[in-house]
Amino acid sequence: MRRNTTLALVVAATTSLALTACGGGGFDEGAKPQQSSGPAKLQILIGTSGDAETAAVKAAADTWAKKTGNTAEVVVASDLNQQLGQGFAGGTPPDIFYADAGRIGDFAKAGNLYAYGDQVKDAGYLDSLVQTYTYDGKLQCAPKDFSTLALVINTEMWTKAGLTDADIPKDWAGLETVAKKLTSGKVTGLVVSGEWARLGVFMRQAGGWVVSPDGKTVTADSPENVAGLTEAQKLLKAGSMKYAKQVDAGWGGEALGKGKAAMTIEGNWIRGALKNDFPDIKAKVVELPAGPAGKGTLLFSNCWGIAAKSKNQAAAVDLVKSLTSVDQQMEFAKAFGVMPSTKEGSTQYAAAFPDDAAFSAGGAYGTGPVNVPGFDPVMAAFNTDLEQLASKDPKTILSSLQKNGDAALKGQ
Amino acid sequence: MTVIPGSRRRAKAGGGIRGGEAVAGWLFTAPMMIILGLFLFIPIVMALYVSFTNWNGNGSPFNGGANAEWVGTSNYTSLFTQDGLKRANFMQSLNNNFWYVLFVVPLQTAVSFFLALIVSNRFLKGKGFFRTAFYFPSVTSSIAISVVFLFLFANSGAVNAVLSAVGIKGPAWFSDSRGLFHIVLGWFGAGDNPGWGQGLVLGRSVWDWLAGPSVAMCVVIILAVWTTTGTFMLMFLAALQDVPVEVEEAAMLDGATGWQKLRHVTIPMLKPAFFLVTTLGLIGTWQLFDQIYVMGKGAPANTTLTPAYLSYKQSFTSLQYGSGAAMSFIVFVLIVVLTAFQRWLMRDKDVKPRRRFGRAAAVGVATQGTGTGGVR
Repeated sequence: MRRNTTLALVVAATTSLALTACGGGGFDEGAKPQQSSGPAKLQILIGTSGDAETAAVKAAADTWAKKTGNTAEVVVASDLNQQLGQGFAGGTPPDIFYADAGRIGDFAKAGNLYAYGDQVKDAGYLDSLVQTYTYDGKLQCAPKDFSTLALVINTEMWTKAGLTDADIPKDWAGLETVAKKLTSGKVTGLVVSGEWARLGVFMRQAGGWVVSPDGKTVTADSPENVAGLTEAQKLLKAGSMKYAKQVDAGWGGEALGKGKAAMTIEGNWIRGALKNDFPDIKAKVVELPAGPAGKGTLLFSNCWGIAAKSKNQAAAVDLVKSLTSVDQQMEFAKAFGVMPSTKEGSTQYAAAFPDDAAFSAGGAYGTGPVNVPGFDPVMAAFNTDLEQLASKDPKTILSSLQKNGDAALKGQ
Repeated sequence: MTVIPGSRRRAKAGGGIRGGEAVAGWLFTAPMMIILGLFLFIPIVMALYVSFTNWNGNGSPFNGGANAEWVGTSNYTSLFTQDGLKRANFMQSLNNNFWYVLFVVPLQTAVSFFLALIVSNRFLKGKGFFRTAFYFPSVTSSIAISVVFLFLFANSGAVNAVLSAVGIKGPAWFSDSRGLFHIVLGWFGAGDNPGWGQGLVLGRSVWDWLAGPSVAMCVVIILAVWTTTGTFMLMFLAALQDVPVEVEEAAMLDGATGWQKLRHVTIPMLKPAFFLVTTLGLIGTWQLFDQIYVMGKGAPANTTLTPAYLSYKQSFTSLQYGSGAAMSFIVFVLIVVLTAFQRWLMRDKDVKPRRRFGRAAAVGVATQGTGTGGVR
């Protein structure tokens, strides 16, 4: 009896202690944190593609720090999304960070982003990028750079199969023909990763997409999307297109490098990967063939997010301005192959890298990832279904995407 | 437990030689209680509170407001009743983990017991070497072992190379999402997705529930059995060395064969060790996380998704800390229930008095040893 009361007392005391301690001063609360004065100490969290990118960002941050008398420390994340989530929840997020286009909705909805778009929108960013980073009618952050998908061809196999520049596919029928011609023995005509981030181009070329342009309705089960996935399925069934996994490759670039694929659909990053890992492969980049609704591609991008809880927002915006200047973006482009996010930068890029003109052309008509909050698991489930596209009805896949998407939009 | 009459009253009055014991007791346990309370109990209570809110990771979860509204039990109920992606993923993760537990716990118990028997054999030479060798996987980082397994079981890895040497075409281990039972049923021509398997239980068809672990999950099972047997072998070994030699000799004098001795003497005497190993195994296997994080994060087709990993993903990448916490508390309850069930299953059936007189003397001695210390 007596022991029980003591125990109950201890439990009650610790519980109330836990709740009051944390409710009180454990976390700092408030709409806008106290801004600090004097030289700012900025922390920049990046998810890097390699040493070249890390070094380039560090150099750019150092230059800015020297010029302004502030300090800027670049931290490389091993798992960017998780580390950001942890930083936001702990109340000490990095001041500036790479924010993936697909996560903007999640971050903005939770109030983690300082929407400084108004201060930088005169820089002349590409319209498709501005739309990608606009949530709730506000430009949330400055686009850092972008990359698009294009058709990458192994020129040696191309000429060996008796194909010329005139055969470069302009439409789906053309793609089917060349993919079939290039398939022989251990070589598959077209090898792609089996995920929405590649197969989505077929949906775009057919005129469909997962959500409406304003992001307010889910349009996954539209006839256009069905047509797009049916075309991809047709290629898979014919054996002239295969998933990278089926040919023992991690992604399309590896399949192309290992000589298992004659063509693949990949983005700008394939240039660097081929140069480093497969220097003997000669590849050519052309725009993706047009579908029934014209040209379509997907666009991937990061922006410079600034934390709502940062104490140095003014300095952070200043740093972002210097990082997104055309000259600086061209430096980045030269260092690790991304494309500048501004119209002016895009023109300079196309002039400086004529071989990659197909990538920069995609900026005009590319579509960014879905940035509706809560869509991350929905698109992951879509990827799971797409793994079985060869044997599954596209309509079934899209209707479950529609169902999951509707639920996510409602916030369930 | 004999209580001396009056001793209690004296303690209450604060006098006598035992007066300061209670204070000293609290004092001595205080450091541990403070550490446990601060780093274990309080965070658990906080997480329990978060599981009743829709906290999105912004600000404090205890201040309420739009960032952390109190939503009652809806985080829990929606995981079971609301048709959608969240329930589908959660049910699949429970399903995957159930098969994993069902395979790993018996296998690791049997294998580690077998290994302990071998290395405790009096006539084995080089005992030290074998003990070290069997224990080695347990002291190596699970992350490092997972990475090694990724290479071993790659499509053109060592395992498939060995299999092809004997004329078997190995599967694409990490991208094969077919369930083990589905594959076996397929061999006997039992149709693909038959009519009787169409009924939905918690949003998942019966046919899917009964799929068994996927080929990819089988690799994780092999890995888990291989890495954990060493530790459990050590526990069995300690228990085996506690078995008095006289008992074995008595059994031998009574004419027990080797198998009879094992079945009727050794195993009953090791009952506490079996309880310990299966309980630890059960708890550990329901918390499967690090191997999954390294070996594919749920791929292929979500067949290696586990509640622990899903809860982490739900919290830190989907920023839905409430339902992430709810998932982990459901698994907590599940573990408690299963452990209680297991305790009931392995309870002492011999405690009824006078029953053991009917048996052989050796057995009588043997069970006496475990009779009281069995299930504590």
